[in-house]
Amino acid sequence: MSKFSDFAARRREGTKMVPVPSVSIMPERDLGKSPALECLHLGIDFGGLKAVDDFNITVGRTEICGLIGPNGAGKTTVFNLLTKVYQPTRGTIMVDGHDTAGLDPARVNRLGVARTFQNIRLFNTLTVEENVAVGLHNQHHCGMATSILRLPHHWKSEAYYHERALELLDIFDMSGLADHEAGSLPYGAQRRLEIVRALATNPKLLLLDEPAAGMNPSETAELMENIVKIRDQFQIAIMLIEHDMNLVMNICEGICVLNFGKIIAKGTPEEIQQNDAVIEAYLGKQKEADA
Amino acid sequence: MRNVGINMLKPQTRSTIITYAIVIGAFLVVTVLDGLGLISNSLTGQLVPICAYVSLAVSLNLVVGVSGELSLGHAGFMSVGAFTGVVAAGCLAHMGVENELLLFAGSAVVGAAAAGIIGFLVGIPVMRLRGDYLAIVTLAFGEIIKNLLNIFYVGVDDSGLHFSLTDSASLGMSQGTILINGPKGAVGIDKVSTFVIGVVLVLITVAVVLNLMHSRDGRAIMAVRDNRIAAESVGINTTKYRLMAFTVASALAGAAGVLYAMNYSTIVPSQFDFNQSILILVYVVLGGMGNISGSIISAAFLTVLPEVLRPINNYRMLLYAIVLILVMVVPHTKIYQRIADAVRSRFRKEGAAPEAAAAETGGEAHE
Repeated sequence: MSKFSDFAARRREGTKMVPVPSVSIMPERDLGKSPALECLHLGIDFGGLKAVDDFNITVGRTEICGLIGPNGAGKTTVFNLLTKVYQPTRGTIMVDGHDTAGLDPARVNRLGVARTFQNIRLFNTLTVEENVAVGLHNQHHCGMATSILRLPHHWKSEAYYHERALELLDIFDMSGLADHEAGSLPYGAQRRLEIVRALATNPKLLLLDEPAAGMNPSETAELMENIVKIRDQFQIAIMLIEHDMNLVMNICEGICVLNFGKIIAKGTPEEIQQNDAVIEAYLGKQKEADA
Repeated sequence: MRNVGINMLKPQTRSTIITYAIVIGAFLVVTVLDGLGLISNSLTGQLVPICAYVSLAVSLNLVVGVSGELSLGHAGFMSVGAFTGVVAAGCLAHMGVENELLLFAGSAVVGAAAAGIIGFLVGIPVMRLRGDYLAIVTLAFGEIIKNLLNIFYVGVDDSGLHFSLTDSASLGMSQGTILINGPKGAVGIDKVSTFVIGVVLVLITVAVVLNLMHSRDGRAIMAVRDNRIAAESVGINTTKYRLMAFTVASALAGAAGVLYAMNYSTIVPSQFDFNQSILILVYVVLGGMGNISGSIISAAFLTVLPEVLRPINNYRMLLYAIVLILVMVVPHTKIYQRIADAVRSRFRKEGAAPEAAAAETGGEAHE
């Protein structure tokens, strides 16, 4: 009762209401534009297990955001929620200001979310170029009848796919591999091809699930450069799951730490490195370590 | 060194050229041999069915090989095409169309359209399923179509088409012709199918399938086959493309059914049973999933084989089965693989006759 009158008293004094900074952070350069991704109270249950709960995040339009956490924390589940491989049990996902409720993975992609997979998922029997061309599927249209009858528009489309695919492959210097079967590529090249294929869909938000997994330090260094280059060139937001702390701390602007399906810390790389909860999640409590 | 040119092409273009070359080459060889009188009568009678089965195998390959779905109801779509084609031909004949080519073309278009529509309608519920379930449901649809055709009575007279689902008397026709007579099937068909028409239909089927495969939509179909989740993640509507492959394949099977039906004066619904579907599937599996030239060769080979074995009548189906088993087993033996590797590397060095290598690897090769 007293609290209530307290509020009323303040209003009588003529307090001016101002927008409150949200609990999330994003780069200053992205202020004033709708964020690439906004999650509110996102959660999913598997049976009685709350795999992800109360997940809130805002990713700026050109932000590189890291999603880290111990094994089994629910990082990939978050990606599967964002791409609607799983339908969330509760919460909202806004992509570029559009609610994605009820959409399927293909529609979410058309809205601007592209991803790579932890266990590589390429179209193995197709060539490298064809893999990218499949990524370009919704960027250029050519009907079935046109293709079967080989009308002029078909050849124009094929020329478009060919040129654009090679252009995109050039980001990773892969245009020389265009005619190789995707399944026959070495591991690192397969990872890069997945990124190129995702980029081909012209996303606003690119989700990378452990892009540096299985790469040696020099390959990882190159990958880091390339991720920043992609962001600068395409002006898109990138969210990545990664266990390589060197990569995460070097290129991520905002970091979100997940443990047991819940966000335990959010902040800049410096803040995260100092955060007690994060250190505890990764290394355990000091006392337990002593015991 | 004569094939250096063809070896420099992209593998895709090369296999396309080889596929067309096989069809046209086989046509020329058969025409010449027939002209010289070297082909027996029983084999001449098989030429049109061979073309029909080649078309069926190629179209089923679009579903099984390219789209990666096991369909066991292909004969059902073949029969839809066959029976609607017969009705169309009957109508056209009644309207006074005499030109055999026109008669066939008209019926083939109607048959293909009908089979395509049925394939689309069947596909809508069926494409919600995957793997074994899809196979079982397509099998059921094949049987349903066969049994529906068993109670179909269609006749044509001056006042138009007459349908009935009870018996031929209830068609209420005093004159005109009965086109489909329930379990007795279609009778009095104009036998307009010829080898030339058959080869043209095979070429059209191959062109449709290959052009579709090597296009935006074909890549999407193959992407869904290779990895459904990844295909969805790049914005591909997986149901749409599986349905597209299924519908196109059904339409092509319908056209092949028309070709098949118009080679005989009578066809009955029970011809298009489960065994027929399996037979077509055997051609596809034997020729290699997704391998169009393989389907052509295996369908032709396995249709001719029982005819060639006719002199040893009692044992021919036994031999047929043995050949099937051998073709399936032998490519997995070490000896065969070693020989095939040696042959392949030798051909590659000399840059000669990739047809032979393609035929050799037909079992495993992928277009």
